[in-house]
Amino acid sequence: MKLDAKIPAGPLSEKWSSHKFNMKLVNPANRRKYNIIVVGSGLAGGAAAASLAEQGYNVSSFCYQDSPRRAHSIAAQGGINAAKNYQNDGDSVHRLFYDTVKGGDYRSREANVYRLAEVSADIIDQCVAQGVPFAREYGGLLANRSFGGAQVSRTFYARGQTGQQLLLGAYSALSKQIGLGKVKMYNRHEMLDLVLVDGHAKGIVARNMTTGVITRHAADCVILATGGYGNAFFLSTNAQGCNVTAAYRAHKRGAGFANPCFTQIHPTCIPVHGENQSKLTLMSESLRNDGRIWAPKDSATAAKIRAGELNPNDVSEDDRDYYLERKYPSFGNLAPRDISSRAAKELCDAGQGVASTGLGVFLDFRDAIQRDGKQAIEERYGNLFEMYQRITGDDPYSTPMMIFPAVHYTMGGLWVDYNLESTIPGLFVGGEANFSDHGANRLGASALMQGLADGYFVLPYTVGNYLGEAGIASAGTITIEHPAFEAVEAGVKSRMDQLMSIGGTQSPRSFHKRLGKIIWDECGMARSREGLEGAIEQIQALRKEFWSDLRVTGDADGINPELERAGRVADFMEFGELMCRDALMREESCGGHFRVEYQTDEGEALRNDEDYTFVGVWEYQGDDIAPALHKEALIYENITLATRSYK
Amino acid sequence: MKLNLRIWRQKSPLDKGRFEEYALDNVSEDSSFLEMLDLLCEQLVAEGKEALAFDHDCREGICGMCALTINGIPHGPEKQTTTCQLHMRHFKDGETITVEPWRAKPLPVIKDLVVDRSPFDRIIQSGGFISARTGSAVDANAVPIPKQTADTAMDAAACIGCGACVAACPNASAMLFTAAKVSHMNNLPQGEVEKDRRTLAMVTTMDGEGFGGCTNVGECEAVCPKGISLDMIAQLNRDYTSAQVKNFFEPVS
Repeated sequence: MKLDAKIPAGPLSEKWSSHKFNMKLVNPANRRKYNIIVVGSGLAGGAAAASLAEQGYNVSSFCYQDSPRRAHSIAAQGGINAAKNYQNDGDSVHRLFYDTVKGGDYRSREANVYRLAEVSADIIDQCVAQGVPFAREYGGLLANRSFGGAQVSRTFYARGQTGQQLLLGAYSALSKQIGLGKVKMYNRHEMLDLVLVDGHAKGIVARNMTTGVITRHAADCVILATGGYGNAFFLSTNAQGCNVTAAYRAHKRGAGFANPCFTQIHPTCIPVHGENQSKLTLMSESLRNDGRIWAPKDSATAAKIRAGELNPNDVSEDDRDYYLERKYPSFGNLAPRDISSRAAKELCDAGQGVASTGLGVFLDFRDAIQRDGKQAIEERYGNLFEMYQRITGDDPYSTPMMIFPAVHYTMGGLWVDYNLESTIPGLFVGGEANFSDHGANRLGASALMQGLADGYFVLPYTVGNYLGEAGIASAGTITIEHPAFEAVEAGVKSRMDQLMSIGGTQSPRSFHKRLGKIIWDECGMARSREGLEGAIEQIQALRKEFWSDLRVTGDADGINPELERAGRVADFMEFGELMCRDALMREESCGGHFRVEYQTDEGEALRNDEDYTFVGVWEYQGDDIAPALHKEALIYENITLATRSYK
Repeated sequence: MKLNLRIWRQKSPLDKGRFEEYALDNVSEDSSFLEMLDLLCEQLVAEGKEALAFDHDCREGICGMCALTINGIPHGPEKQTTTCQLHMRHFKDGETITVEPWRAKPLPVIKDLVVDRSPFDRIIQSGGFISARTGSAVDANAVPIPKQTADTAMDAAACIGCGACVAACPNASAMLFTAAKVSHMNNLPQGEVEKDRRTLAMVTTMDGEGFGGCTNVGECEAVCPKGISLDMIAQLNRDYTSAQVKNFFEPVS
């Protein structure tokens, strides 16, 4: 596997514009001869499909939901960053670039991140033009707020539903193209494998989830925008259907998988209520702008609160530990996600946790309400408070909220070069599904930015360049009659048959839960050599059990949620092992990856720049053979590596 | 909690369908309604029976995928709450709960509790957009928009496209859904250019999909999980009338 990042030459700030100039173009009249497959209809996929169709290409778009408007980008609450400097507080492209690289703990690629910061301003323009109703000031100009890990106000937002509004913007652009016949939309279709012809990605095999029919789709290139793999943990803030199958199938076909152990645990989620919980709900990080996070100073007080004998409001100021303000005075409650999450875990491990399980800390608005009044707080966070009350039954205006970290985002993903092309030629990867921009930790409000940057402003150029280089003679020549499709389809069908015919006793969900627990315990907020080695063995044993004792009821020829989950869990099993291997390989602590063996005396992450300033890229070798590791060295020409300090 | 569940089962669009009864025990009142159904599915699988098919995804009230009629009310008894955000603490131990799919001819059942909502997509495809080709936008602050206008547009844009409004309406009208999108876009200066064309096209598509007319019953607003107001329908009627008049003298599209 050759890793050539294809970073253009020249100064950082000119790389993207000179690269765009050097790209091959496709004549507007020839674009209609090309077919492009886009899998996933979230911010990256929806925006890419719409933009490529606007340019004149024929696009086929796939989503597993019943409408492209439901992709999980919709659930992002807080906002989207952009280096507009509308607040005149010293923001710039360079500062956003710097904050993102630093926030990622110096494990991301400089050139990609700079481009992200560069196009961020265009995204806001684009979204406003589409009618995205961002929050505004009375003067009619756009409002901003600050977000975790930044000291400028560069976050644009639409109440607590920014992801929804941005997605509906992309969806409306996509819908227009569907209406015009430039995009063929495949709702309720799940991609189950990638088809390669002469080493190039030329199509996919999917399952029509309504009829159960396995279908073939050919194209000149394929874009995956299939989101992250957080559901490997079973409990996460992801939607129920989010899965790694498309990305993992591509991996098995030769796409390198980068940094799978870089996962983000979000600090402000609603604590777990019990055994039958199916998902975790995030409370927007924006709450940390006004809420103060604390836990009781001593565990006896915490125990009384857990038992319901003490009202948290009656805990005196002296008995409260506002631990983020204490440990990180300059960032306080706005410390980055990885740091805030780990701090909460440490306290709960020490017995200071609240909530019935002891896995919770307070997020208290008492002081903010006293300072700004209830009405101001209601205006800022009203819908979030309502959501909290609906789920927990507690009123956050009078009782402090309880929060605990939960799996939220995955920085790792398929390896891509500067063009967002994977190690398989013609296979492009955008949004959360690729690894490129967030290093070992993502800053708040940067996921929406990256998804839309990839979809609107990067892929439409780089995909055109790929097609231009291939030449017009090859356009549309591969059809579904090609023997490569037959072989892949046969493989998909036999796997379906296998899942249906095991005839065991345990449900797909029960396996998923057990897998998730292993990964959460050993590859979650704190990781150790011993734990990871044990986890790999446990996952291998669980995988054997899965393939011998799985029970899938119902039929394969129609909607069958059990069968859908079984296929996804099967891939999570193999993928979970890869996550653990990656975590085991990386003998340092950085960002969301915390190895207990590598920490300072104060318990802070101890990075090892000398040996680990690289992207760990895994090559698939076989189902029972250990994958091969390749390294892309990360070269910092514009930023000096420093210890990340938020103190 | 112990529950008796009466749940609609239907193998395919052609199957007649029927209610089946299930007894379910050990339901935590902190669990969500869908987690309760997960538990039922696990029980069915353990008995070797086919699990229930129902739409759901984000489980945080925003994707609009979940769509159950619970005891006769779309999304159940709690105001402004999607099915996925409804919790079992709102039900009584020993209660019998009836669960059905959306009941509306334009949104036919595909299987069990899953319905086909593709007509909503087609309404949007016909005009629910503001044409802004990627890369062609002016600076975002070039056109100031009064806060109140932006807020009203946001109120309308909050629609999640779940279809509860249609399920609750005795006429199976999709006016609230269509009106929300029309109000969102027609109110903004960016949406002004295509206003008449958009309004006419979306209403024509809506009618063509077989949705009924609005007779001001107001059930849609009552069940809407996002609190979309009937005012939006008033705006749609106004914009539609004005577009028709203009179209009469000079075709708008």
